[in-house]
Amino acid sequence: MMVAVIDYGAGNLTSLKYALERCGVVNLNITSDPDVILNADRVIFPGVGHAAFAMQKLKQKSLDILIPTLKQPVLGICLGMQLMCAYSEEGEVHGLGIFEAKVRRFGSGLKVPHMGWNTVKSSTELGLDNYFYFVHSYYVESCPQTLAVCHYGTTFSAVLRHDNFTGCQFHPEKSGEAGEQFLKQFLL
Amino acid sequence: MLAKRIIPCLDVKDGRTVKGVNFVGLTDAGDPVALAARYSEEGADELLFLDITASHEKRKTLTALVDKVAKAVNIPFTVGGGVSTVDDAYALLQSGADKISLNSAAVRTPSLIEEIALRFGSQCVVLAIDARMDENERWEVFVNGGRTPTGRDLFAWAREGQERGAGEILFTSMNHDGTRNGFANSALAQLSKTLTIPLIASGGAGSMRHFADAFIKGMADAALAASVFHFGVIKIPELKEYLLKCSISIR
Repeated sequence: MMVAVIDYGAGNLTSLKYALERCGVVNLNITSDPDVILNADRVIFPGVGHAAFAMQKLKQKSLDILIPTLKQPVLGICLGMQLMCAYSEEGEVHGLGIFEAKVRRFGSGLKVPHMGWNTVKSSTELGLDNYFYFVHSYYVESCPQTLAVCHYGTTFSAVLRHDNFTGCQFHPEKSGEAGEQFLKQFLL
Repeated sequence: MLAKRIIPCLDVKDGRTVKGVNFVGLTDAGDPVALAARYSEEGADELLFLDITASHEKRKTLTALVDKVAKAVNIPFTVGGGVSTVDDAYALLQSGADKISLNSAAVRTPSLIEEIALRFGSQCVVLAIDARMDENERWEVFVNGGRTPTGRDLFAWAREGQERGAGEILFTSMNHDGTRNGFANSALAQLSKTLTIPLIASGGAGSMRHFADAFIKGMADAALAASVFHFGVIKIPELKEYLLKCSISIR
């Protein structure tokens, strides 16, 4: 199985690379090459940083057009998931529109970033009911594609799914055993 | 619910853990990778590696170590000690560190916080502050491993750090560090109320009760300790069980 991790200059991919290797991935491509991405069996769309800046980077490589057309399982992590949504308040930017939800900033009175281990709840996927590691200042509101939620001041989407597209707000590569199980499930 | 974090701190010199760590069943307690894996298995929520290597020529040893830890450990870890340029931060993050901690260099050059936060994001910038309370109950920031007073006020510096883009504050009370008499809870609470970013308590852990106090009285988001974990005075699984009984949110 060939796994492509989309590299568009938004964040450090070392942790993710090592986590995938721990999950047994041998054929791993960290790339922005559309051909490699199209031919991958699994595509991971990571990201850390500012939404508007990251969207600009995606557009420079025309990845904003490519990603929504992918047919294989795609996993967006953290900012990657947020960019798969319709709109983000961070830089007031339109995303890829794969998920209908909007991305909002956590309200005042909360410590931001939401940083650390928090519980994820899912009514349908039992394996998701666990602690996962989060680091983010913006959240995806609940929407019909929400598969699991988390609570921090407000209830927000921890996992989203639409057809072959999955997104997770937490960092599975840093979420201990639970995170490795989540990644392995995606790689199955 | 967001869990309070327990963070063991490992001092590293020339790529080896120092401070006589005596872990049962570990053949080489000086191996940072083995120790990190052990703490992770025991339920540590994060790890902090503090490099106390004196010379700059040894920095390569540190990045090689960070790379090994990143390969082996599946929880977040911070690396600090001697980070004084954007390039230092880049090298550590590129090797797989999740966060870097800044201390003396940030006091010398406060714009370093902004530069690193802008380039890599606030989430990976921990501002570590060592401070001592004088007889007038004023908290003064110290640098160079607590050897040099700066004249800066703890609370003003923490707020400035936050405004410049730090994602977390790690506050070590020099009055409490090494005493095992508990954390600096009133200063922690005052910090926690003035900050809008997470706060890590450090210095003074001696018993499980002290951790509960840091979370309840000190309102800290995470608590860090070294010797009580290394010498087995407190075991992380027992600590977590205890904190749960105190109705503290724990993973």
